[in-house]
Amino acid sequence: MADYKALEDLVIQVRRDILRQVHKVNSGHPGGSLGCTEFFVALYNELMERDENFKMDGIGEDLFFLSNGHISPVFYSVLARAGYFPVEELNTFRLLNSRLQGHPTTHEGLPGIRIASGSLGQGISVSIGAALTKKLNKDKHIVYTLCGDGELQEGQNWEAIMYAAGNNVDNLIVTVDLNGQQIDGSTKNVLPLGNLKAKFEAFGWDVMDIEKGNDLKAILTGMKKAKEKTGNGKPVCVLLHTVMGNGVDFMMHTHDWHGKAPNDEQLADALSQNPATLGDY
Amino acid sequence: MKKYIDTGKKDTRSGFGDGLTELGKKNKNVVALCADLTGSLKMDEFKENHPERFFQIGIAEANMIGIAAGMTIGGKIPFTGTFANFSTGRVYDQIRQSVAYSGKNVKICASHAGITLGEDGATHQILEDLGLMKMLPGMTVINTCDYNQTKAATIAIADYEGPVYLRFGRPKVANFTPADQNFQIGKAVQLQEGTDVTIIATGHLVWEALQAAETLNEHGITADVINIHTIKPLDDEAILKSVKKTGCVVTAEEHNFLGGLGESVARVLSTQHPAPQEFVATNDTFGESGTPEQLMDKYGLNASAIVNSVKKVIARK
Ligand SMILES: Cc1ncc(C[n+]2csc(CCOP(=O)(O)OP(=O)(O)O)c2C)c(N)n1
Ligand SMILES: [Mg+2]
Repeated sequence: MADYKALEDLVIQVRRDILRQVHKVNSGHPGGSLGCTEFFVALYNELMERDENFKMDGIGEDLFFLSNGHISPVFYSVLARAGYFPVEELNTFRLLNSRLQGHPTTHEGLPGIRIASGSLGQGISVSIGAALTKKLNKDKHIVYTLCGDGELQEGQNWEAIMYAAGNNVDNLIVTVDLNGQQIDGSTKNVLPLGNLKAKFEAFGWDVMDIEKGNDLKAILTGMKKAKEKTGNGKPVCVLLHTVMGNGVDFMMHTHDWHGKAPNDEQLADALSQNPATLGDY
Repeated sequence: MKKYIDTGKKDTRSGFGDGLTELGKKNKNVVALCADLTGSLKMDEFKENHPERFFQIGIAEANMIGIAAGMTIGGKIPFTGTFANFSTGRVYDQIRQSVAYSGKNVKICASHAGITLGEDGATHQILEDLGLMKMLPGMTVINTCDYNQTKAATIAIADYEGPVYLRFGRPKVANFTPADQNFQIGKAVQLQEGTDVTIIATGHLVWEALQAAETLNEHGITADVINIHTIKPLDDEAILKSVKKTGCVVTAEEHNFLGGLGESVARVLSTQHPAPQEFVATNDTFGESGTPEQLMDKYGLNASAIVNSVKKVIARK
């Protein structure tokens, strides 16, 4: 049984980390980060079988790739708090000479990052490649990917989605952050995604929904089910229904905070809604 | 020495947005396409004024370029807008085949070019786009230096028939060229007259070149400062005329020295009038996160870097 109290505490601390990172440099992407906080916490602390010591080749462990690289604040916080690098380094987010670049990179050698992302639409392809290598290596571990819903407008995703099903890449779980928002507005207004479930299914994927995408219990139950679906000939897609900006009332249900940092007052308000649990960096 | 006054810092992308707004009113054939970056590209006003001529494509740049190419058939003049990285490298083959090779009248308008994009980091900071675009046969390549010039260029390219790459940036920078300028594609603008060195700059480096010229002047060195807003077709004549007088040149650009303005100038000089040249440009590297000023300093893309290169190149005469 997962220790939900500990996970909840971590979620709140990660939210604080996200808010404080973007506030300090007055840039970065809090909205998508907050919406995926519970997912990241569950993934790195309960779901993935991973080596505490980071090795680029990841042989013998589960892998995770972040395709929507702009939500780096949540990724960095969860990586740091999982022990990949010192939590204090979150202080250097987006600063000159930092390993915590605006979008995740391998170039600066930050432990936990295996590919650069930021230019959208490339993560599923990379994940397929890593999953194929796992098969060639007779490595039974799983490759996890997260991508944005707006991001699915990029055509490369659909090349990858077709490939993965056509080639039985069944050691792959792609989670879509279904928050219904992107930069210019709701996905509905910018470019409707249509029935994503039917689309993935038509391409030959095993698809499931996690309706409560900001509920740790629902995420753990759902993702475990997704894991059971692997190894059956089909790639697995999880539609994670999230709320952008979750956990900070004035950031929720809007695209306004996709890529905007809170000012001093807003930060104080947001932090007061999430009192420190594990201690700030 | 001529004095150039900064009339107030403005971003070049706003020059694009305001130029597009004006075009929308006076040219019914102008249509605009954007890939989920309407606010960043300052295309909101055009969108509001002409919803029927504004096309939100979604995060799908390859599709955007293809649609733009198609829209030219029947007489529309499409202006596509996204970041420089996603306007070029992301869609190179779409531009190559459907726009350049097919000779279509598409205006590829690219914001957030170069390292001054800042904190988003290297994934978004393209320093290779001028090279990519100038290598395409028939492509006109423009990199404007301030708000006024970007606005003028945006309006001017609508009247030019053929594919154009228009490059501009994110940060607020000095606005110093005339508001009523007559923007002529392919025509260099002489900003200062001097005899010791030619400084040829493009984009954000033009203002830095003017600052460098002032510093040099205090040290008794006078510089020809040339604003090359059009990298292709290049104004060979203006370059040759100046370098024949000064005998050496420094080129300055917010771009990799491989494939940029400097190499284009070097080709002109090496074939027609060999002369010592120094490059102020990035040195075959990716960028990183930081503020625009920090990055320009770290990567040697400012007035003091130009001054140092001038001293070096004069010593080589
Ligand atoms: C290829 C590419 N085009 C455009 C962008 C600019 N961009 C960054 S995030 C974003 C919106 C992404 O929407 P979504 O995937 O739904 O993420 P969310 O806003 O929900 O976090 C855009 C257009 C980019 N990073 N890469
Ligand atoms: Mg979204």
